[in-house]
Amino acid sequence: MYEGPVQDLITELGRLPGVGPKSAQRLAFHLLSAEPEDARRLARAILEAKERVRFCRRCFNVSEREECRICRDARRDAHVLCVVEEPRDLQAIEKTAEFRGRYHVLGGAISPIDGVGPERLHIRELLARLDAEDITEVVLATNPNIEGEATASFLARQLKAIGVPVSRIASGLPVGGDLEYADEVTLGRAFAGRRTL
Amino acid sequence: MALYREQGVVLRSYKLGETDRILHLFTQGRGKVRAVAKGVRRSGSRFGGRLEPFSHVDVQLYEGRELDVVTQAELITSFASVRGDWVLSACGSAMAEGADRVAQPDERSNGLFLLLLAGLRALSDAPAHPAVVLDAYLLRLASVAGYHPYLEGCASCGAPGAHPVFHIASGGTLCAGCAPPGSQPLASPVRAMLGVLADGDWADLGAGLGATGPDARARRAAGAVAHSFLAYHLGRPLRSWELVPR
Repeated sequence: MYEGPVQDLITELGRLPGVGPKSAQRLAFHLLSAEPEDARRLARAILEAKERVRFCRRCFNVSEREECRICRDARRDAHVLCVVEEPRDLQAIEKTAEFRGRYHVLGGAISPIDGVGPERLHIRELLARLDAEDITEVVLATNPNIEGEATASFLARQLKAIGVPVSRIASGLPVGGDLEYADEVTLGRAFAGRRTL
Repeated sequence: MALYREQGVVLRSYKLGETDRILHLFTQGRGKVRAVAKGVRRSGSRFGGRLEPFSHVDVQLYEGRELDVVTQAELITSFASVRGDWVLSACGSAMAEGADRVAQPDERSNGLFLLLLAGLRALSDAPAHPAVVLDAYLLRLASVAGYHPYLEGCASCGAPGAHPVFHIASGGTLCAGCAPPGSQPLASPVRAMLGVLADGDWADLGAGLGATGPDARARRAAGAVAHSFLAYHLGRPLRSWELVPR
């Protein structure tokens, strides 16, 4: 155990995800040996992020204002929605520059084994947006794992019942990979989702 | 470094660090195994989709101090259709959660292994009533765990016949003389349904037991009894069971 503030800093850093006791100690001593201005800048960034960042009232993306940058952008297609689990998934899709519509962030995925059901996600808000914003297509871009697939299946049922066209992002072989090393599930999906050239 | 090879079913997984996952595997020869699948969350991972929950796999692992490490995985049956439908996925999750709670490390149970595969196979056949398949699995899981519900007579005095009360703590049905005061009797279709859940054929269960089978209310009530019976012996209810649409 270290004295006072050093131990406090190690304890707080150790509460961050993926940071164990040894890493916390290493980070703490790095900060102690850094320039005072570097430490101040980090402290300011943490405080400002906590104080200024909120969730967009429309899509639940992280935002500094009531509505996020994408929801405010009049050049985006306001009638196509892409549904993602978390704000970081939205950023990954934005980097592709392939999608010009708007987003809806669910805030997680259905996971019965963890006790997370549909009512814990922003699904009610998504359904409310369909009418209010005259949505003509919903793209489901949840993760291709068990939770993401269950969520996509649940949403597809709900949206089809309402009569909104719904699509799911494709899944298949990673670019640059070798076919012979692909697993049967992924390769099977790649075949099921093949397209005419 | 001791390498070993096992057949197993992935029960559940947790994220670990940036790209890894901790898996709970129920293996045929070593019971429950906790193992790390390194890099499995990367899009170019060599494991790909082979180690998703419900996958029946042939895996090679090496023994670690706390967690074993998966080095190779071959798919035997993916049960991808169970993961692709949210109702089936919720039922499969409850099956996996039940197996995860019953299974113990280094304790092989061929009965549990075969039951889990039979349950997942029944779900992958796209049953009309997946919740019935789940409830049958849960009642049979209690049997495999050593708590077979006695439905053929009175669990207390042994008097044969169909008795009116199902008493969880006594382990089965009780005759009017042995039932504690205030016990709620089961309606006869619910009692009949419990018998079907315990012994019925998987295909018939999935089909909803035909036009003359029990109605939805009896199916639901029998399912609740099956879950309560297992939950009593496991010490707490299954979280996934509550979320299964019925």
